[in-house]
Amino acid sequence: MMKPNRPVGLVGYGAYIPRYRIAAKEIARLWTDGQGGVPVSAKSVPGPDEDTITMAIEAARNALARAELDGERLGAVWVGSESHPYSVKPSGGIVAEAIGASPWVSSADFEFACKAGSEAFTAAMALVGSGMAEYAMAIGADTAQSRPSDALEYTASAGAGAMIIGPAEQALATIDATVSYVSDTPDFFRRADRPYPVHGNRFTGEPAYFHQITSAAQRLLDDLGKGPQDFTYAIFHQPNAKFPQTVAKRLGFTDAQIAPGMLSPQIGNTYSGAAMAGLCATLDVAQPGETIFVTTYGSGAGSDAYALTVTEQLLAARARAPLTSAYLQRQVFVDYAIYAKWMGKLVMG
Amino acid sequence: MEVARHWRQRGTRYRLEGQRNTRTGAIRFPAQPPALGEEPSEWESIRLSGRGTLYSFSVIRQAPDGFEGLVPYPVALVQLEEGPLVTAQLTDCAEADLSIGIAVEMVTRHLLDTGEDNVLVYGYKFRPCLM
Repeated sequence: MMKPNRPVGLVGYGAYIPRYRIAAKEIARLWTDGQGGVPVSAKSVPGPDEDTITMAIEAARNALARAELDGERLGAVWVGSESHPYSVKPSGGIVAEAIGASPWVSSADFEFACKAGSEAFTAAMALVGSGMAEYAMAIGADTAQSRPSDALEYTASAGAGAMIIGPAEQALATIDATVSYVSDTPDFFRRADRPYPVHGNRFTGEPAYFHQITSAAQRLLDDLGKGPQDFTYAIFHQPNAKFPQTVAKRLGFTDAQIAPGMLSPQIGNTYSGAAMAGLCATLDVAQPGETIFVTTYGSGAGSDAYALTVTEQLLAARARAPLTSAYLQRQVFVDYAIYAKWMGKLVMG
Repeated sequence: MEVARHWRQRGTRYRLEGQRNTRTGAIRFPAQPPALGEEPSEWESIRLSGRGTLYSFSVIRQAPDGFEGLVPYPVALVQLEEGPLVTAQLTDCAEADLSIGIAVEMVTRHLLDTGEDNVLVYGYKFRPCLM
């Protein structure tokens, strides 16, 4: 397992979920005459003026509000996504400028499918843990793409989570250790200049999501000398409702442990935002002394696992920004026509 | 030219930066260059809170070029808590959610796409307060 020389923790966190939803049954109405099961009940849809950058900015502002920090105190602003609005021009630079972190800041965009945000999170632990920066921000944000009628279309959604890593003594939750597990697994990819990603068929599921997550999670548990029963809560990457429930059960975690961070049934797979928004939702309810186990997953493939312990500081910090539930509750459903228009799926002739 | 015109406004659009008069305390938005005879030190830059109330609004149904995809959308005058009156789009709301005097807050959104070989323009909009 990896631990920084200087103990670190979260000093701020913030989620963002767009206001709009499309019901999975509405998507099924178009493609399967409404027959068959659906992997989630609804997914979040970015509004016509939203993208990865705008969602990252709002999540970042929520995190800064909880940390009671000005943006200029950040040593890094790193944005993980697979849907950066530009191919060449960093989202991180625009986010840093918008939150007042520029110009004396390190900034970059990270890419590792659904775990781009957690790569940034681990790097931020190292930057603060080495003493190179007092605070570093890691954001996971996505407006995920999906081909019309593809299985992905039921789940590929939009959302963001932002974390500020700082010294452990100021933390609302200490980050006790992390593990990263990576392999070349072609389960899901999108070639340059292609609009939609594809699944690598037989690599989906067992060799990808389940193997990477169980490898990283079990290694961290073993290295810490702990078991699932030692954690109050757990969050696993959420490509649908079933996968995180299945992997939790395999590792020995219960439905009750993953319940507060399970957002996918309501909002689908927010990709880089998924595990991070799930962590935000869990921090929204956690109490001092409780422990949180997080394992992210990115196709391609790899997983990062983290163990956190909540401190007294969480109670005051929590109320300084909107809870994840405030974003979940403001849902407004759109039909497939509006969804297709906003997502640029209409060919205008 | 188009890129520079948008870039120049990033402090205003991203951070709602206005100015405070160093003698009188008056606040204005957006920032302006010094008037004739005024010292540059007369006005200092400040970041406005982004909180305000809905002063007035109108719903656009026939949009200018570049905004057709958003129709119908509200455009409002927002009275910022520091005083200035700002014209901006409202977002994340329906006409039925709006009435004069409700509390609104600034969010940063995608304002305009200036073309495939040009920049994406981001800036402030307002929405009914979330909390």
